[in-house]
Amino acid sequence: MTSGGRIYRISGPLVIADGMKGTMVYEVVEVGEEGLIGEVIGVEGEKAVIQVYEDTSGLRVGEPVRGTGQPLAAELGPGLIGAIYDGIQRPLPVLEGIVGFFVKRGVKASPLPRNKKWHFKPLVKVGDRVEPGSFIGVVDETLAVKHYIMTPLDIHGTVEEVVSEGDYSIVEPIAKVSGRDVFMLQKWPVRRPRPISEKYEPSEPLITGQRIIDFLFPLAKGGKAAIPGGFGTGKTVMLQTLTKWSWVDIAIYVGCGERGNEMADALHSFRRLLDPRTGKLIVERSVFIANTSNMPVAARETSVFLGTTIGEYFRDMGYHILLVADSTSRWAEAMREISGRLEELPGEEGFPAYLGSRLASFYERSGYVKALGKPDRYGSLTIMGAVSPPGADFSEPVTQATLRIIRALYLLDVALAYRRHYPAINWLTSYSLYTENISDWWFKNVGPEYRELRERALSVLQREAELEELVRLVGAEALPEEDKLILEVARMIREDFLQQSAFHEVDTYSPPKKTLLMMKAIMTFYNLALDSLRKGITVESIRKLPCRIKIGRMKDIAEGKVEEAFSNLIQDIKRDFESLIEEAKVLAYV
Amino acid sequence: MYSLSIRESSKLLKAQGSLLFIESIPGVKYGELVEVALSNNEVRLGQVIDVSREVTVVQVFGGVSEVDLKGSKVRYKGETLKIPVSVDMLGRIFDGLGRPIDGGPRVVPEEYLDIHGAPLNPASRLPPSEFIETGLSAIDGLASIVRGQKLPIFSGSGLPHNRIVAQVVRQARVLGKEERFAIVFGAIGVSYDDAMFFIDNFKRYGALENAVAFINTADSPVIERIAVPRVALTVAEHLAWNHDMHVLVILSDMTNYCEALRELSAAREEVPGRRGYPGYMYTDLATIYERAGRVSGKKGSITQMPVLTMPDDDITHPIPDLTGYITEGQLVLSRPLWSKGIYPPFDVLMDLSRLMKDGVGPGKTREDHYGVFMQLYAAYAEGVRLRELSIVVGTEALTPRDKKYLEFADRFEEEFIGQGEYERRSIEETLDKGWELLSIVPEEDLKQVKVEHIKKYHPRYRNAPSH
Repeated sequence: MTSGGRIYRISGPLVIADGMKGTMVYEVVEVGEEGLIGEVIGVEGEKAVIQVYEDTSGLRVGEPVRGTGQPLAAELGPGLIGAIYDGIQRPLPVLEGIVGFFVKRGVKASPLPRNKKWHFKPLVKVGDRVEPGSFIGVVDETLAVKHYIMTPLDIHGTVEEVVSEGDYSIVEPIAKVSGRDVFMLQKWPVRRPRPISEKYEPSEPLITGQRIIDFLFPLAKGGKAAIPGGFGTGKTVMLQTLTKWSWVDIAIYVGCGERGNEMADALHSFRRLLDPRTGKLIVERSVFIANTSNMPVAARETSVFLGTTIGEYFRDMGYHILLVADSTSRWAEAMREISGRLEELPGEEGFPAYLGSRLASFYERSGYVKALGKPDRYGSLTIMGAVSPPGADFSEPVTQATLRIIRALYLLDVALAYRRHYPAINWLTSYSLYTENISDWWFKNVGPEYRELRERALSVLQREAELEELVRLVGAEALPEEDKLILEVARMIREDFLQQSAFHEVDTYSPPKKTLLMMKAIMTFYNLALDSLRKGITVESIRKLPCRIKIGRMKDIAEGKVEEAFSNLIQDIKRDFESLIEEAKVLAYV
Repeated sequence: MYSLSIRESSKLLKAQGSLLFIESIPGVKYGELVEVALSNNEVRLGQVIDVSREVTVVQVFGGVSEVDLKGSKVRYKGETLKIPVSVDMLGRIFDGLGRPIDGGPRVVPEEYLDIHGAPLNPASRLPPSEFIETGLSAIDGLASIVRGQKLPIFSGSGLPHNRIVAQVVRQARVLGKEERFAIVFGAIGVSYDDAMFFIDNFKRYGALENAVAFINTADSPVIERIAVPRVALTVAEHLAWNHDMHVLVILSDMTNYCEALRELSAAREEVPGRRGYPGYMYTDLATIYERAGRVSGKKGSITQMPVLTMPDDDITHPIPDLTGYITEGQLVLSRPLWSKGIYPPFDVLMDLSRLMKDGVGPGKTREDHYGVFMQLYAAYAEGVRLRELSIVVGTEALTPRDKKYLEFADRFEEEFIGQGEYERRSIEETLDKGWELLSIVPEEDLKQVKVEHIKKYHPRYRNAPSH
């Protein structure tokens, strides 16, 4: 721990202090008389370079700088769920109570409530042996989340004492292991990944309720994905939709350098909406970290790592977590600003040379793992990062550095967004390297046709893109009938399957069964249409079939009616084609 | 406002661009304001932008020309840039730093506020949801603005953004409500004519008594341009949060602001980002645009309508690009439409209001609003696509259906987007106009609207006798 440090220089969010004997990189320091929170990012002799997580206006040369001896650590324990933190884990609703609706600097509040009593049930008894990570007890934190209290990762041995079931605060000891008290409140340095027992290749899909993701470019539990897009392409809506409907136990929403109104919108809608699988409010399984664009830039980095640490903590309980970070570009820009002020040699477009490794250190904390301790638990942390490329130009350094790390890519296309095709994920350039691994799951759990339907859909879309070039030259009417049909079917796939409204009460969430049946209906139409073409029927008359309108409205089918409605729809399609062929026969006969 | 001990220094080391390097004296605060007294008795304001034990760097508003290192003195004021605010500022005109320029008396301040403000606590914000009727169909129907939103106009040089803004100011109202409202106008580096255009307009339509204007004309010091939007927003926050007013803030032209930012960054010899603009421009703009919204427990609100001219009409230029990443949508003006004589020339395919969904629909505007918006948009996009196609293949190659869409696109531009500069359309009129135009295209194509809304609002059924 350092004392006697004094401010030597102030330049924006950077402060240089001297007299900092014994400090180390990443030590948290309190800067100035108000004790602004900062972190040492460089040491030279007794001088320390500090990035300050609060506004530095008004600081003076010569004010004291105090070391805490600790790296920046997250508080972990009951009270996390439903919380709203800033980038350094200050609880924002509590701050409002202290200083009103503006975030003032120098305000301090405990991330987790100290006085609240939680109903603790022990899961061990005196004499049991526990390892790091082993369960000690459990708290029903919300209706949706059981919060397991784990043995701190630096403690193991015999349980010497454990409290009986009852109400305790997070700072009362609930057990004693090998002579050390165990509390519900635990801490973990945000920049250090929490250790695990084993990591596995992701092979279970993370169902998101979004057809283009689930069906065409599946995300896997424990996977890492990026969603780059220019402004107005719907990144934020997409991320909010994913956190709402994904099949996960806990969702962590990191708003990093983004809009305040959007955070407010997310917060309010999560308090109102129900998780379709559990019927519980979404806020009861969510954690928010809000460092909006006008809040201090240095805290963008900590907000990302804070979210990751909370994610890993719940993962270690055996839960499946989705973390979305909106937007990693803003974090990268903060890195660039700090690096510029440090006068480091700039890399591409002024970003520091360590941009790629820093981004990797975030995405690499995703994974499907076996946790430490007893009982055996398997959990996952899936990370999805938004990227905001300047001018929607994907060749810029942040997008390119991200592409080298992630395994599923959802590229948002400005042209699609201008056509109001939402989600504006480009089906020709997006990809998922998890497809192979998760095909089995669809085969076993939803329908055996998954793989075939998916491949046909992609090939129709691919063929459409080729034909479009031609259409631009000769017009659609000049194409052969089979190609006209491809265009027709591709349009159905685009408009009636891929387009999905985040704001439609039913369509916002599409369960896997419905997703599969929708594609099956379109492909049934396609097959029958191909047959009819061979019988001399034109695409013009196929376009007029009444079942086309029904296909156009299949998005509205509610989850409970899926089986019946689709079996009727497929009957209707067959009947329409039968009568079309009948008519054609009659006409030919006449 | 002044600290008791007067702290002065006359040890000036270097003057360069707008920066002054001074030997440090104890107790200088980062960001504090200084007065630079020149030997010719002129006094300029400046701000501490870097301070170490040896050297203090001051950015001087108005530049360092004629600052002589020997005879000039620097006086530290011990405060960051603060301005006096009062509800009595309504009806008045000030310069970029908040000094009256209308010949009126000094304002008796209710408070002195730091122009940089503080970030709103995201947990205290309320999602904006109250529809503002501007009377312009292209905005109300397709990119509705709500109280607390920030929705910029992306214009180009020579396009009628000033007239559109003036029309919005004249006509904007919230349905069914009579509440206190105010307009805060920040003119940033605009020509004198442009500034007077607004002032005259406010006067003529009786809006001036509810307006306060901050004028920084093109010939005033560049560095003051950095202060104008912050000064304007500081007053807006005072009116909204301390006087329960609904404030519409108009900032024009943000391009001039960004140019000033670039100039200052170059003077500081910072590593430039894209096209020479500083790498922190996103964050800097965010500290302006994010000062909009609603908060729980307060009646007032701040809505922003910044105007910027896209250099070379290029929407990927860093100024519109970074703005679009922060604001909740954008209203883009189209030069081709303006050449066709259409006013207001909104490029509705590029327009977007991110908060629209929360402000429209039953109980807010009308039940069919969102569907009509989606359908008009889809039909116009199809029409525009076919129009481009017909240039290549000729109209003969188009089907009868396609021709309907061409007709729709033309009439949509003339009758829906286009309207009179003094024509105020209610939201009902706007939506009914939309249905009238939608009746041009085949009914089975109307997939975005609910079937029951077709039966209720489509002209074909609307005028038919009910059974």
